[in-house]
Amino acid sequence: MAIDPILAELEAESIEIFREAIATSPKPVMLYSIGKDSSVMLRLAQKAFAPGPLPFPLLHIDTTWKFREMIAFRDRMAREAGFRLLVHTNREGLAEGINPFTHGSERYTDVMKTVALRQALDSLGFELAFGGARRDEEKSRAKERVFSFRAKGHRWDPKAQRPELWNLYNTRINPGESIRVFPLSNWTEGDVWQYIEQERIPIVPLYFAKPRPVVKRSNQWIMVDDERLPLEKGEKPEMRTVRFRTLGCYPLTAAIESPAATVADIVRETLAARTSERQGRLIDHDGAGSMERKKQEGYF
Amino acid sequence: MKRRLRLITCGSVDDGKSTLVGRLLYESKQIFEDQLHALRADSKRYGTQGEEIDLALLVDGLQAEREQGITIDVAYRFFATAERRFIIADTPGHEQYTRNMATAASTADLALILLDARKGVLTQTRRHTRIVAMLGVKQVLLAVNKMDLVGWSGETFENIVRDYRAFAAELGLTRVQALPVSALAGDNVTFKSRQSPWYSGATLLEHLEQAQPDHDPAQGAFRMPVQWVNRPNAEFRGYCGRIAQGRIAVGGSVSVAPSGVQARVKSILRAAADVRESEAGESVTLVLDREVDVSRGDVIAEAAQPVEASDQFEARMLWMSEKPLVAGRPYLLKFHSREVGGSITHIKYRVDVNSGAQLAAKSLALNEIGEVTVSIDRPVAFEPYQQNRRLGAFIVVDRLTNETAGAGMLAFALRRASNIHWQALSVSKDARAALKMQRPCCLWFTGLSGAGKSTIADLLEKRLHADGRHTYLLDGDNVRHGLNRDLGFTEADRVENIRRVAEVAKLMVDAGLLVIVSFISPFRAERAQARALFQPGEFYEVFVDTPLAECERRDPKGLYGKARRGELKNFTGIDSAYEKPEAPDVRLDTASASPTQAVEQILAKLDRPSGAT
Repeated sequence: MAIDPILAELEAESIEIFREAIATSPKPVMLYSIGKDSSVMLRLAQKAFAPGPLPFPLLHIDTTWKFREMIAFRDRMAREAGFRLLVHTNREGLAEGINPFTHGSERYTDVMKTVALRQALDSLGFELAFGGARRDEEKSRAKERVFSFRAKGHRWDPKAQRPELWNLYNTRINPGESIRVFPLSNWTEGDVWQYIEQERIPIVPLYFAKPRPVVKRSNQWIMVDDERLPLEKGEKPEMRTVRFRTLGCYPLTAAIESPAATVADIVRETLAARTSERQGRLIDHDGAGSMERKKQEGYF
Repeated sequence: MKRRLRLITCGSVDDGKSTLVGRLLYESKQIFEDQLHALRADSKRYGTQGEEIDLALLVDGLQAEREQGITIDVAYRFFATAERRFIIADTPGHEQYTRNMATAASTADLALILLDARKGVLTQTRRHTRIVAMLGVKQVLLAVNKMDLVGWSGETFENIVRDYRAFAAELGLTRVQALPVSALAGDNVTFKSRQSPWYSGATLLEHLEQAQPDHDPAQGAFRMPVQWVNRPNAEFRGYCGRIAQGRIAVGGSVSVAPSGVQARVKSILRAAADVRESEAGESVTLVLDREVDVSRGDVIAEAAQPVEASDQFEARMLWMSEKPLVAGRPYLLKFHSREVGGSITHIKYRVDVNSGAQLAAKSLALNEIGEVTVSIDRPVAFEPYQQNRRLGAFIVVDRLTNETAGAGMLAFALRRASNIHWQALSVSKDARAALKMQRPCCLWFTGLSGAGKSTIADLLEKRLHADGRHTYLLDGDNVRHGLNRDLGFTEADRVENIRRVAEVAKLMVDAGLLVIVSFISPFRAERAQARALFQPGEFYEVFVDTPLAECERRDPKGLYGKARRGELKNFTGIDSAYEKPEAPDVRLDTASASPTQAVEQILAKLDRPSGAT
């Protein structure tokens, strides 16, 4: 397949970002969320450091509510690609039985994702973490830097961001502070899919259409991934040909009805889409400015 | 498909800039249904368009921006047409956000400058144009907006464009195109307006689709800053970087700056694949045919056209920190891939961003622009910014807070330093010290006014003198009567005051003396700079630690009283900061120790080199 010049430029920029981070940070880690963006990020990192191995481990924050297929994919990738995988779960949250149903999506996300991430970064002493966020995803992300400075406690202050000119990234921090680095900042959802197609990057099968057991809630299709999903009165799982545009915790991630069963189908569907990918993310609708608030607290 | 076009939008709140960007996104179908749904809700809550959708709210992403109806920070937006893809950096227009506009301009190919047809070319238009020109944006698209409010008058439009072109030409901007638009209704933005039959040019979108980059970075001599050296095993050693200019092929001869060593390219990895050649914009790993010393921050260049290196420059500087730029203060500077210590040695003049006038200045405040000279502690390879953005840009980082405090654009290297050679002398510091039978050093007293520095320093010198040691005491007040009598008490003068005293103390240590310096020296950065002048073990930072309340109670010279009455400006502890030493070699607690005990404490320490415990 011919190399798309726009993808080539994005790839070169992402590689530059990875190398800059590695050259300046003694303790980096890559946040691995198993989704398509993480898969692309992993491939870019492998290219940036070839012929050597990845100079950092991957960290997955496991809320225990991920789709089962995601976990299976994660473990297979770690085996096949040979990267070092760290998995962290907020044990206290788990012991308290925090879940998206009884505690609400906002509290659940805070405890099992945001707090868990802070715990992992602090206990393992990582000063720099790569994340797969893109500026086209959400309004407050459109304003975030490629090298995003976090004050003590991983706080993001949108009004005190460091100016970021040219490709001169300021990587300096004092003890207790950290940096989040977003190599995919300038990629769009369409770019990610086209790159997956061009590079034949393996992804979780949940992205491809297949008959799956789902229930309809607030006009969204929620997949019954295991027996923990409490069925409401009158709810009965039905088989629908669905797929996911974005992957997260299954009770909070809606499927879309789609026949797209190959990457080429998905590319076509994405480029023609009339809704944003985060539409299926239930936590984004937790109120105006909800993503900005989550980020201030240390969410990715 | 063409390369992505990166553009910056400039204009003020009332010019309708966010509305225009929102319109581009909306018309090019980049707004998704769920985002539109959220926008309808937001429009009702914060919008300024009544029942209509307020497109500006699409762009203002931060909660504070939506609430206040202004753009605060740069937002990067993506949109595409069948012809081309775009990244818009949307920026705030107020003078207080000059730094944000410069940030957006630093990576832009084209500037879209908006103005209000009713107002014409205003001070703010000139400011925006000056900033984008300074950041090296060569192409401008001038959108004269709100044409509906001037009855789509062709004459009004022509007059504005004539004014603007005359001004832009002064800045060297020759690639200016102009068009009349109404962002609110979309006229001449995405469709050709029937309101302006006198305008035969392209729509805004067509202009953007057809814009050509101002030059091809693949042209010109090969240059690649080394970002990282990849050494996964003993067999492989590759130099990683993104090619800033030109092309390179296997077998090509290269020269490394600043060292000047030469080699040939043995192989090239683009991303992870072996290739025969590569060009500007690509991230590669070069393997050379021989073992040479190359490290991060070096620039690999075509051997026939090597890159210049220098440690002194003239540069254009934009200050971005709340803490003003002070000439002489030590900062960290980052050039392409090299971080070095250095300082702004001199501010030649400040540029009034509105008028372009050159004004005298001793410091630069937030959002101010100046022409400066820069001195760094080791040479860096560079090219003038207006020729090569990647090799001519640098940022200035505060040593304590690590904030990005300034952005610089190199103009040319200064040659002064290379013409003054160090004169080697036969009698050395060690020889002089041996004659005096002592180990020379500098005892640097710091503390608030009235802390007891002079008293303890005086007593210490008496003790040392009585012991037969050769000493000298440099007292803050005394030095200001002579050597430093041209200096006042502004931050810039205080920095220079300390710099001179530190240099004098260094000469005296070189002469073999025990030098006692008794200066308030309130700033950590300057004390660190003084320490850096000495050999390890030669410099003792002595912190005379007396609380402010106690100094004010003593007030031996009546200065605190004056400062409190407002008769004395920039007084340390009152309206100027004192930054306590974090790890002094000696800390004297004057509340619990008498001056005599304090002297004993210092003498005990003097028997050991500083840094040892």
